[in-house]
Amino acid sequence: MNHLIRFFLVIALASAIILYGISSLNSSQGYSGGNTLTVYNWGDYIDEDLIKQFEKKTGIKVIYETFDSNEAMMTKIEQGGTNYDVAIPSEYTIDKMKQDNLLIPLDHSKLPNLKNIDQRFMDLPFDPENKYSVPYFWGTVGIVYNPKMLNGKKITSWNDLWNPDLKNQILLIDGAREVMGMGLNSLGYSLNDTNKKHLLEAKAKLDGLTPNVKAIVGDEIKMLMANEEASIGLVWSGDASEIMSENEDLDYVVPKEGSNLWFDNMVIPKTAKNIDAAHKFINFMLDPKVAAKNTEYVGYSTPNKQALKHLPKEVVEDERFYPSPELTKKLEVYKNLGKKNLAYYNELFLQFKMHKK
Amino acid sequence: MDKKITPLSKLFLVIIFFILYAPIFFLIFYSFNSGETMYDFEGFSLEWYRQLFHDTRLFIIVLNTIVVALLSSLFSTIIGILGALAIHMAKRRQTKNALLSFNNVLIVSPDVIIGASFLILFTMAGVKLGFYSVLLSHIAFSIPIVVLMVLPKLTEMSPSLIDAARDLGASSWDVMSKVIIPYISPGIFAGFFMALTYSLDDFAVTFFVTGNGFSTLSVEIYSLARRGISLNINALSAILFLFTFALVVIYYFITQRNKPNDMGVRKR
Amino acid sequence: MENKLTRNLYKVPYLLWILLFVIIPIALVLYYSFFDIEGHFSLGNYQKFFTPVYLQMTLSSFWYAFLITAISLIIAYPTALLLTKTKHKQLWLLLIIVPSWINLLLKAYAFLGIFGTYGISNSFLKVIGIGQQQILFTDFSFVFVSVYIFIPFMILPIFNSLNELNPTLVDAAKDLGASKWTTFRRVIFPLTIDGVKSGCQVTFIPALSLFMLTRLIAGNRVITLGTAIEQHFLVTQDWGMGSTIAVFLIIIMVLIMLLTNTRKRGV
Repeated sequence: MNHLIRFFLVIALASAIILYGISSLNSSQGYSGGNTLTVYNWGDYIDEDLIKQFEKKTGIKVIYETFDSNEAMMTKIEQGGTNYDVAIPSEYTIDKMKQDNLLIPLDHSKLPNLKNIDQRFMDLPFDPENKYSVPYFWGTVGIVYNPKMLNGKKITSWNDLWNPDLKNQILLIDGAREVMGMGLNSLGYSLNDTNKKHLLEAKAKLDGLTPNVKAIVGDEIKMLMANEEASIGLVWSGDASEIMSENEDLDYVVPKEGSNLWFDNMVIPKTAKNIDAAHKFINFMLDPKVAAKNTEYVGYSTPNKQALKHLPKEVVEDERFYPSPELTKKLEVYKNLGKKNLAYYNELFLQFKMHKK
Repeated sequence: MDKKITPLSKLFLVIIFFILYAPIFFLIFYSFNSGETMYDFEGFSLEWYRQLFHDTRLFIIVLNTIVVALLSSLFSTIIGILGALAIHMAKRRQTKNALLSFNNVLIVSPDVIIGASFLILFTMAGVKLGFYSVLLSHIAFSIPIVVLMVLPKLTEMSPSLIDAARDLGASSWDVMSKVIIPYISPGIFAGFFMALTYSLDDFAVTFFVTGNGFSTLSVEIYSLARRGISLNINALSAILFLFTFALVVIYYFITQRNKPNDMGVRKR
Repeated sequence: MENKLTRNLYKVPYLLWILLFVIIPIALVLYYSFFDIEGHFSLGNYQKFFTPVYLQMTLSSFWYAFLITAISLIIAYPTALLLTKTKHKQLWLLLIIVPSWINLLLKAYAFLGIFGTYGISNSFLKVIGIGQQQILFTDFSFVFVSVYIFIPFMILPIFNSLNELNPTLVDAAKDLGASKWTTFRRVIFPLTIDGVKSGCQVTFIPALSLFMLTRLIAGNRVITLGTAIEQHFLVTQDWGMGSTIAVFLIIIMVLIMLLTNTRKRGV
């Protein structure tokens, strides 16, 4: 018994010492109290030097926290026990957050740099007049492929993926709308189709792809593709640029049938405590030089027209990531289809996953 | 018992240990990579370790993780012992079964469900998300595992042992502290270490119930994983691993010296 | 002797825990399971559970959980038995547990590297002449990594019950002329059945609800009930359907508990 009690006391003592250490570290780092701004962003989605630059310029201490899915982020903000000042959700989530009253309208007079954003990316259906959001990065969904492993074969369309030679060669991203969208696009339907017949047709077509699908994975797709685990991957363009910076053999294409166009946007959630600092931060990120530096670091496409001038030519003129106007016309932004339709998409996607080779 | 170990069984143990440690050595090996990925070893470098020591935020997160693990294991072990006693002493069979079933609900429930329902619970109770909500949840999901570790010890303890102590005039407290607790202490230690394991490993529950300003290592790793895991996490794991390894070995030899009967197990 | 009140006082923290963290969450899960995705009261989720998709998923979850538990047991029992015979057995036991303190996701990433097309295991297969195989994203890799994760949880209770085994019983059996195998089958194994049972419980039940690994190691080629629940809670936000699956998991768990308990009488 004594032995046990002694053991427990040692544990309690150790915990007390560690707790003391944590609190003194926290206060020495300025994480508690004072003029702080909490930013809630995707992991590794900002050049950290810019945060330091912002802190130096404004004297506001930035606490940078990350999430790994829109849904997780929304759950946290909905719960209310948090105090995020700026968050960066994707466009379809903004629609939901608006409906649930989770956003604070932006004060455009505090965002003079908003004029730098390309008009093409302003006033989009998910947020008319940019009342709640400012685009942060944008991109497409497409195919990243390895010509070396495909013996120089080119991929240009979704339907190329159904080629029987590609057995066990394809990695798909684990997203119902992305994968179902591929099926719909390959049949010439819209990404936002809600016609059950069309959706079932798309699902049946996808079932035919199963022999070619090696796995349906999450973010590890970048590592797997760069490591040549498979020769073809369905990815977001941002991931593609990361993969290509690691393995130069790879190429990216937006299929000619059309695809998805997505936006990540800066918003101020209703949990914000320091709304003034949040505006300052958003405005800072819209500065052309800042946006250019951020774009170089993150590797996604920037909606900031003025920033393009500060970027190398080969980046700006790369049609894979800054698609031509003709191709852009074929790209669709995801519409919020409503819970019921979305549930049906998910149901079909689940069935596709369960479909055995 | 047959105390000899044949070379064949030795080989078996070596293979088991090799497999258990293989991924860890893999992680440690790549922490010395001068490149940035876990599949292409470019050259030896200590760069990731250097980066690690400059990252105060990560250090705070590591401390958070350890303190939550230690405290939650401590509390859950104490409550778990009480729970195991309550189940053991329940007179009616149905009560026993009911308690056991309740006990196991949290073990069977997927982490996501536990996390989500705790989140709703904390929201209803008005608990702010952060250190306390995480600690409470970890205590909550560790209790049943402690109970499961302690209970078999209690069942196998012969009732005559307690009767004998009673006959010799021991009070209830004496019976508890001098007979029962020493007898079940291997189960208690097993429970404590299992609780520690569960707490250190947990991602999903913590992910739901943590708020801003508080994060544990597994949550941090999951959000970092978006870009492929940075190798300073490998370096961190290497250090933590060597640290716990050393701690376990040192702890073992200290207890060995102080107490020849290892961890209260009776030897014959 | 103390009065009845103080004698029962020790139960309070545990019962409070049951109320707050078990009964209330179960009630919440049950409550949510009756709501469809648009927040209307309905039994639709239960109907949906009995469609082929979910039944097939339940079956395959059971099959994998069974495989994982059986293989874990086959490996864990001899390991525990051999460990009890080593000199510093408690130390070795601790060293079995230590690897599980390294973050699961990190280990999963390590396995991605080990099992990958250009990974160590494939180089090894090449050297011994079998040639490159697809290991990652197969049933094999999924079961292997799951067993890897559950092994310490299986070894611990078995080790404890073996450790408690009265050696004189084994000696007695030997003196009576029992062979090693008979001693094991008639004496050692029956006396450690409790450890085996709790080992199987802490393996089988969580194995039904594995998620993470089904994506990382099995590439979503294996879908367990846990995967579906995780998807419903985190991705599709259909908490009703997620809760419904959880309700079934809880029912299954209680059934398994009752089954293992009645068997106990016979032993």
